[in-house]
Amino acid sequence: MSQSPRRAPVGAHYGLREWLAQRVTAVLLLAFILFLAGALALEGRHDYQGWAAIFAPQPVKLVTELAFAALCYHAWIGVRDVWMDYIHHTGLRLALLTMTILWLLYCLAWSAQILWSV
Amino acid sequence: MAKLPPTSSSAKPQFRNIGIADLVQYRLPVPGFVSILHRASGMLIFLLLPLVLWLFDMSLSSDRSFDRLLEFCSGTIARLVLLGLGWALLHHLCAGLRFLLLDLHIGADKPLARRSSWIVLAVSLALTAVLALFLFGVLG
Repeated sequence: MSQSPRRAPVGAHYGLREWLAQRVTAVLLLAFILFLAGALALEGRHDYQGWAAIFAPQPVKLVTELAFAALCYHAWIGVRDVWMDYIHHTGLRLALLTMTILWLLYCLAWSAQILWSV
Repeated sequence: MAKLPPTSSSAKPQFRNIGIADLVQYRLPVPGFVSILHRASGMLIFLLLPLVLWLFDMSLSSDRSFDRLLEFCSGTIARLVLLGLGWALLHHLCAGLRFLLLDLHIGADKPLARRSSWIVLAVSLALTAVLALFLFGVLG
């Protein structure tokens, strides 16, 4: 049986979307690092009070949680690529992909719990 | 991929994936080295994510937990792990910036791309050295 040369290997185009999402989240994370560096430079106190004061306002909590979400999505795409490249056993790969999603969601919820307990 | 000498009468080069044993003698070009380190540093950050969240939690919970965090960070093993995490973040950041520029077709020709990968390696290692000075108390 011969393969048709005109067979389209992919049709969903989700590869491009993930590729773009990885770059967008990277830029968001870079912006957050600059924001945090600026906030640290403006905060005079170098102790617990100063550090906690940075994360006290609600908008900062939201921006930080957004950065954690960007980090988790960025990590998901990268780790997904690593499993797809190196783990050829389908069952094991599926297990790792599932565990990665659950673990990142757990970390995201944990980060929210940390932020809103201040 | 490794280039094999032609085995048949055909002069066409043959390509195949390299095996794990070939890694020792396979010389990766510098941009390839930066690329695989980008992947390795990303995985390292992913694996250390619980540590980062644990430290973040300690830093914000209370002034007493903040003091516990400082105490934790004064241990030699903790400092080495933080230094490793710091290198991973710095390399991932520098190499990531380079990839973003390459995506915009900036510095995409071979000599420039080669030079920028040397710069990524050098800058991230230099910044890691500065971090080491702070962590081990020479500057801080």
